[in-house]
Amino acid sequence: MVLKRLAGALPNVIGVVIVTFLLTRALPGDPAAYFAGPSASTEAIQQIRASLGLDKPLAHQFALYLRDLAKGDLGNSLSTGQPVLTEIRQRLPASLELTLCGLVLALSVAVPLGILAATRPGSWIDHLCRLLATAGVSLPTFFTGLLLAYVFYFLLGVAPSPLGRIDVAFSPPPTVTGLYLVDSLLARDAALFWASGGQLVLPAVTLGLFVMAPLMRMTRASMLGVLSSEFIRTARASGLPRTKVLYAYAFRNALLPVVTTLGMVFSFLLGSNVLVEKVFAWPGIGSYVIEALVASDYAPVQGFVLTMALLYVALNLAIDVLYGFIDPRVGIEG
Amino acid sequence: MNAATLRHVRYVATQNPVTLAAFLMFTALVLLAIAGPWIAPYDPLASDTANALKPPSARNWFGTDSLGRDILSRIMVAARLDFGIAVSAVAASFAIGATLGALAGFFGGWADRIIGRIADTIMAFPLFVLAMGIVAALGNTVANIVLATAIINLPFYIRVSRAEVNVRRNAGYVEAARLAGNSDLRVLALHVFPNVLPPMMVQISLNMGWAILNAAGLSFIGLGVRPPQAEWGIMVAEGATYIISGEWWVALFPGAVLMLAVFTFNLLGDGLRDVMDPRMRT
Repeated sequence: MVLKRLAGALPNVIGVVIVTFLLTRALPGDPAAYFAGPSASTEAIQQIRASLGLDKPLAHQFALYLRDLAKGDLGNSLSTGQPVLTEIRQRLPASLELTLCGLVLALSVAVPLGILAATRPGSWIDHLCRLLATAGVSLPTFFTGLLLAYVFYFLLGVAPSPLGRIDVAFSPPPTVTGLYLVDSLLARDAALFWASGGQLVLPAVTLGLFVMAPLMRMTRASMLGVLSSEFIRTARASGLPRTKVLYAYAFRNALLPVVTTLGMVFSFLLGSNVLVEKVFAWPGIGSYVIEALVASDYAPVQGFVLTMALLYVALNLAIDVLYGFIDPRVGIEG
Repeated sequence: MNAATLRHVRYVATQNPVTLAAFLMFTALVLLAIAGPWIAPYDPLASDTANALKPPSARNWFGTDSLGRDILSRIMVAARLDFGIAVSAVAASFAIGATLGALAGFFGGWADRIIGRIADTIMAFPLFVLAMGIVAALGNTVANIVLATAIINLPFYIRVSRAEVNVRRNAGYVEAARLAGNSDLRVLALHVFPNVLPPMMVQISLNMGWAILNAAGLSFIGLGVRPPQAEWGIMVAEGATYIISGEWWVALFPGAVLMLAVFTFNLLGDGLRDVMDPRMRT
């Protein structure tokens, strides 16, 4: 079953690779000049053109691009001189940690609120939840981030300075997973755990606020649908306790559409991650790509787009598989 | 719009005062976008370093930025640019997406498969990331922001239009139009497509907010609109440096207006959906 889903994701991977390839060729003017940087000589540009294969026909160029990809060669960053793949790999854990924390936070608020709203449709709680959710999705993440930093760092002084993953007083934990929260626990360093956790709170809340709305709406809608179905009526009529009906019977079935929305939610999360990283000087791949954009350094930008797209395809695949586990019926047709 | 629809609109407006408020705010924002440059109290580009980073006062209601420019005037002037980007992007994705989706839904077969594949490929990217990639590759201009925003919104229009055309493909009135001797394209354009417009309107309204947010996000990270031009996203970015040292007004006001604009469109989209299809409410 997993294999079948893998095969289903293949066209998307191919599409992503083709689009990223086209984006590398779409650079205004001469791509070689862009890759060589603003201060390159004519010979250097010629050399780069030959090494990128830009003097060859498009199909041949595509083959070369695929060959480089297969070798894991995404080119070198101009500003640091490092291979793009190495830099992205170093910075990816920071972004993943932030994204996952944002997601967990959003889920832990959105799902209970959605259930609450669904059990009291039309009440003021329902309207309030709806208004809050719409407000959340209307907040530009970069603005929320700034606002939170202002209130909790400048005014109240409860949050650490919004600069990076860890306070300068600490040194990062020995790298095992690259996620500071996990690594500091593995190193049994409680102070470090709290320090990195503290840095994480504001950016994660910022991200979470933005994706809360679709999750909450979906939870509410699917709970409403399930609660009006016949087996719930039967369960209620049989005198089962309210909480049992709600959580054991209704919630499990209402979970499926929520899991499906996760795909869209991840699209939002990965996109707004870039903005949040800029606001909080978070050293993930988002701020990496912004630095590269400012320096007109295109290889990292393309490596970033490709990495994010492949990550997103992989996440969607994982959601598909998860879906199959929650609802065994799906596997039969799919 | 017949009497029954009007009654329904009035019912929705009175039942849900939020929708009414959203509509009023929408009108105000449109007026601001049209008249902004004429009613702005100061020149949005005129710097006055003697008067830099002043908090809100009777003279500068929203304060001044690091170059002493009046923030209120800049916000008012920027409304036209932000709305312009969003409206043109949404119009482009509507025109292209609705047409492609209608063709896919009506004819099926190869057209459907190719168009579906295009939509799937776009959706395979995290959308904001794809927009960044497009603007970075094509060049840092406002036109490319519009193009990128139009491209990432395309799949939504393709899907809605495809689904809505598909269910009507074999309806009785379509058969009748065909029997009357209309060509396929004529049936699609004059008999099927008008019925697809109401659900598309909801999509457009929900999409406008997202398009504004997207354009502002791109300029926040330095893509597209360039300083010194006034744009809400850039203004927040310019204010970001000062918020940590306590000069909150530089980023707060443009950010709040941006939020209000997006909020208005989202509420309006919800309200429109209630009018079009009460069952869809979530």
